[in-house]
Amino acid sequence: MSKVSLENVCKNFGNVEAVSCFYLDVEDKEFLVLLGPSGCGKSTTLRMIAGLEELTEGNIYIGDKLVNDMPPRDRDIAMVFQDYALYPHMTVYHNMAFGLKLRKFPRTEIEQRVKEAADILGIQDLLERKPRELSGGQRQRVAVGRAIVRKPAVFLFDEPLSNLDAKLRGQMRAELSKLHDQLKTTIIYVTHDQVEAMTMGTKIVIMNEGIIHQVGSPMEIYDYPVNKFVGGFIGSPGMNFLSAKIVSEKSRLYVDTGGFQLLIPSKKNSFLESKTDQEVILGIRPEHIQDAVFTDETSITDSFKAVVEVVETLGAEVQLNVVSGEHDLIARVDPRTKAARHQEIELAVNMEKIHIFETEPPNERVKTEE
Amino acid sequence: MVTIASTVNGRSSPGILSRLKSRRYAAYWMVLPLVILIAGLVVYPFVYSVYLSFENKAETKFVGLKNYKRLLNYKTFWLVTGNSFRFTLTAVFFKATLGLILALILNNLPFGGQRIWRGVSLIPWVMPLALSSMGWWWIFEPTHSAINWIIVQFGGTPKPWLSDPFWARVSCIVTNIWFGTPFFMIMYLAGLKSIPESLYEAAQIDGARALQRFRYVTFPMLSKLIGITVMFSTIVTFANFDIVRILTRGGPRYTTHLFGTYAFNIGIESGHLPRGSAVALFMFPVLGLAAFFILRNIARGEE
Repeated sequence: MSKVSLENVCKNFGNVEAVSCFYLDVEDKEFLVLLGPSGCGKSTTLRMIAGLEELTEGNIYIGDKLVNDMPPRDRDIAMVFQDYALYPHMTVYHNMAFGLKLRKFPRTEIEQRVKEAADILGIQDLLERKPRELSGGQRQRVAVGRAIVRKPAVFLFDEPLSNLDAKLRGQMRAELSKLHDQLKTTIIYVTHDQVEAMTMGTKIVIMNEGIIHQVGSPMEIYDYPVNKFVGGFIGSPGMNFLSAKIVSEKSRLYVDTGGFQLLIPSKKNSFLESKTDQEVILGIRPEHIQDAVFTDETSITDSFKAVVEVVETLGAEVQLNVVSGEHDLIARVDPRTKAARHQEIELAVNMEKIHIFETEPPNERVKTEE
Repeated sequence: MVTIASTVNGRSSPGILSRLKSRRYAAYWMVLPLVILIAGLVVYPFVYSVYLSFENKAETKFVGLKNYKRLLNYKTFWLVTGNSFRFTLTAVFFKATLGLILALILNNLPFGGQRIWRGVSLIPWVMPLALSSMGWWWIFEPTHSAINWIIVQFGGTPKPWLSDPFWARVSCIVTNIWFGTPFFMIMYLAGLKSIPESLYEAAQIDGARALQRFRYVTFPMLSKLIGITVMFSTIVTFANFDIVRILTRGGPRYTTHLFGTYAFNIGIESGHLPRGSAVALFMFPVLGLAAFFILRNIARGEE
């Protein structure tokens, strides 16, 4: 069992609150991703679990053991660092064997475990090399190898892919996911890259300014962001936010952005009636704005007119930067679109997928369905 | 053949002035002042002292290797050789060790205090050695000095610090350690600062305790720097002059003389300049070897 529990954990640096008190349970064999912009406290949280940072308050349990006062070496964890932190004067083999050697494993077992890990990661041929003779991707693998030879209860990853180029990063994402399936251990993974979080995580924790905003599966967080921050942080390009007002005409509810009005599907009415004539923030993901000519029939849509500013052809889709009234929006539309610069286009919004947020911080999402 | 030569000539005669202005020559112009300085202060005295060491006492006759041969037959010369090596090895060993310990302590101090203590601990090194040697002479001086006063206060018997061969050597070495340790400390401190913190954290997670972190991370990461610093200090220590000159003048009975002070003793005080040069030149192989290792290490580090 390698459940990790954080109970009322917080961290201050002097007078600065780095991480506000929170509770978090990481289930056995879960791939938990701590996601947030830099400086949000996610690395601090990870380092508290690792034992590299003391808690200001609270308790951390790994398995059933309270580990608050336990040094990192006794916590049964392994960590992969952002800069890999390979020992430059040791060969790859000794880098990987170091932890086992200090724990006085017999030689034959060390050899066998290092070989096993090297096979999994495809670095058998690099064992005699020094870290400086390796490429970024190879170092990354060695760093992971050093962690897996120990067979720890929990793996901690601190932005391990951020020093790799885009292509390698994509490849390593897939490999880490595979590794997680293979090893069947708990992983806690820190990143600021939402793509990594969405693709690898089984559970995502979204943090900002030391506060946990939302904990949920990738799709939960994508579909039901609790507030404007989460909505804007997840998804690329980010969600469009428009200041708007809920208005009622002939017992129908509209969201009025000043420039255009969109009809709210009637099944959301009961949730939004109370907001009538109030200012709100309308959130629409770019992928939910379509060229009206190519909308799919199954969803409830409403459309508005806008002027195209930029057309970015990405192959599988076209990204449009458009202006409607005072609002700038981004839309990801069907590649067959006829959209051209400076021309008007009719865009259809998938009204089932819109989000309404409060105008007052913390900009919570208004519930619009069960 | 002729036509080729003439075309080459025709192409490469753009006049001296523009040649001097070209980038390639500009570099030579820029290092010229340094070359002159080194030639005047290093090459000329060196060559001259080699020349001098082949002459007789009156500097009137070329005597070949006679001065060197004579020295090798002097018991005193071998005493001085032993002194020099003993002095250098002991002093460098303690400077390197103490410097490392101090650097580790300083490096673990909180940031504000670290700056103050770093400054304070550099004082011995930035003070002119002749002055601080005077200070140490006063501390060791047998009749009215600080150490003996303290010993007497605690009911002990005063020691003849500078007139007993053993204690005179100890005194010289202690003074040298006091002077040279800050150099090691500051070099090591710079080295320690360049070791990424994450290596220690990785080692901590790998299970290394404090001593193991030192043994497996700090020490190997510093080893090259330690090598260079030790070699560099060896040169400076081996060629030391001020401390012995001021504390003991080589006495009692030559037991604290080093090559430098002995050369001065023979060359200036006894007036045999050629033989004094020969003594000084005996340092050359040792210093040359140390310099060779330093340069080789630096060149390797740059690869």
